[in-house]
Amino acid sequence: MDWTAFLDGFGVVTQPTNLLYCLIGVLIGMLIGVLPGLGPAATMAILLPIAYNANDPVSAIIMLAGIYYGAQYGGTITSVLLRIPGEASSVVTVFDGFALAKQGKAGTALGIAAIGSFVGATVSIIGLTLLGPIVAGYALDFGPPEYAALALLGVLLVATVGSGHTVKALAAAAVGLLLATVGSDSFTSANRFTFDTLQLQGGIDFVVVAMGLFGVGEILYNLEERHGKPHVPAAIANIWPSRKDLKQAGPAIGRGSVIGFLLGVLPGGGAVMASLAAYATEKRVAKDPSRFGRGAIEGVAGPESANNAAATSSFIPLLTIGIPANASMAMLYAALLVVGVTPGPQLIDERPDLFWGVINSMYIGNLILLILSIPLVGIFVKILRVRPAILAPITALITILGVYTINNSVFDIFVMIGFGILGYLMKKTGFEPGPLVLAFVLGSLMESSFRRSMLIFDGDPTGFVTRPISGTILAFILLVIALPLVKLALRRRDPDTTPTDKIDQEAGMR
Amino acid sequence: MTMTQPETRTEQEPDILAELQAEVAQELADERPPAGGAAYQIISAVVVLGFGVGAAVLAHGYGLGSLRRPGPGLWPFVVALVIALLALVLLVVGRKLDDAEKFTRASYLVLVGGATFVGLGLALPTIGFEIPAVALCIIWLRFLGGETWRSTIVISLCTTAGFYLLFLYALRIPLPHLIAF
Repeated sequence: MDWTAFLDGFGVVTQPTNLLYCLIGVLIGMLIGVLPGLGPAATMAILLPIAYNANDPVSAIIMLAGIYYGAQYGGTITSVLLRIPGEASSVVTVFDGFALAKQGKAGTALGIAAIGSFVGATVSIIGLTLLGPIVAGYALDFGPPEYAALALLGVLLVATVGSGHTVKALAAAAVGLLLATVGSDSFTSANRFTFDTLQLQGGIDFVVVAMGLFGVGEILYNLEERHGKPHVPAAIANIWPSRKDLKQAGPAIGRGSVIGFLLGVLPGGGAVMASLAAYATEKRVAKDPSRFGRGAIEGVAGPESANNAAATSSFIPLLTIGIPANASMAMLYAALLVVGVTPGPQLIDERPDLFWGVINSMYIGNLILLILSIPLVGIFVKILRVRPAILAPITALITILGVYTINNSVFDIFVMIGFGILGYLMKKTGFEPGPLVLAFVLGSLMESSFRRSMLIFDGDPTGFVTRPISGTILAFILLVIALPLVKLALRRRDPDTTPTDKIDQEAGMR
Repeated sequence: MTMTQPETRTEQEPDILAELQAEVAQELADERPPAGGAAYQIISAVVVLGFGVGAAVLAHGYGLGSLRRPGPGLWPFVVALVIALLALVLLVVGRKLDDAEKFTRASYLVLVGGATFVGLGLALPTIGFEIPAVALCIIWLRFLGGETWRSTIVISLCTTAGFYLLFLYALRIPLPHLIAF
């Protein structure tokens, strides 16, 4: 590992502007984590124009990354105090977190969650620091067939592992792949699906698509859903956990960190799956599983450590191979392309300032988050009193004015609104917009890799299977396709589902 | 707080876990509007099917080429076929799904919200962003959000002023604007 580059990365982060962007990023992340409604992917989408307008692209990326991991901290607060998970990845925290709050130990739950989050994230960043360069070294040997297979695997995993109906998710992903072909073909420069308009010749800008589907789509959807009253959280006291609590939670934090790190690396995994797996693990290893749901501190510590560890380790496939593992990472992928950087194994050598700057900003960002979520948690609790109706027009304005500033183009505003309406209708009919956006972002990489491979193989598609790495990936893809079918067959035999399963599924749809 | 308290609590309320799970499930279910029926599923699948077939026809026209020399239409054609195929699967298996949400009276709010987006997009290049932005805020706060007139006006003006300062001064991004200093 190149230690000078690693240390230089700290030099990049400690520049005052970058520190400021990091602080703003984690603050926004924590805020949207606390406020139910917009998720991290939507917020990152809405703020993508910053990547066009920032003086230093590294700052913009640092900020967008901060939003993602900051949201994991914020989501905990509402889970514990209000029994409303601010983020899907904090759903399981609700059970024990709210039970602790009922017993007057909300402070302890939040304190342990913050410490667990910090430990989980830090373990994961260290893993990322050590493993990142190694993975990138391997990935340098990847050719077009490997990339075609990897992109396909990424899209398939996000569609099958994610929430919602699998066939619908796959259909959404396929539509994303198709939309990515709009515009002039890069091989033959033939126009495809442009309908003789000049504006479509350059293709549809993925930033505009993401802002529409995630941003406008969610804003419109929330407009209909949000009729709730403002929530008044319980008072919290004694945020510092006792030594006994820490001792009890310690092993759970350790296990959660490892589970989160491993699941976060997998495409489609990410924070939601990791928190569920960590909760299940804690329940399984506990001497007295019946304590869970009645205020077991491990039930908060494990999942919260896991979701932060996973949020962090999902940066690995993006920064080292160039394949985003989930919708939020797809937004970061888009931001990197906007600033003229192609994410991939060459990133670490070509732009060490960006690679290490972003990774090392996470060490500092998590430290800031720990400070924000222990001594300053009271401020964030007060924010819960802000009515959602007040924030809606502000986010709407940010979105419209932001998309206009990308190209000073009114056409972009209307394309965004179009995709916003599509996103709203998709949510109404049970199609998740996430797979569409991810597939759209990966679409051109997938098509060009596929076509280059066919040229290399001289038109013989068996070449994909006979190359060792792409063959292995394709075998894994077969496994991914076969697994849900097996599950389906098993479920038919045993139609009973426990209440917990149902909650998990419901929460996954949010 | 004594050590024994959790235990006594368990005795008094033996089913905190079940209670919590039921409450959370109930709340999540309450938040969602009534499920749309089979018509929603069929219509959405038919729309996807039409999209796939239409795209396949267009892509076919762009020239498929051969596997050795893929034409510009080959990849979109294959993807469009996959879309059509998945839509057919949805037509068969999707009818009993309950993941669609019914359009309710609240859906009109979305229509109004969408209209304000379009309105701002149309007005921006001609009269600048200030007046349409205030108008959008007023509509969203007063009519869609049910705020009082006083807070509506204060928040609308403050928000627009904030954006003016943020975009034109802090970020120095040229937005079309009326008021110039």
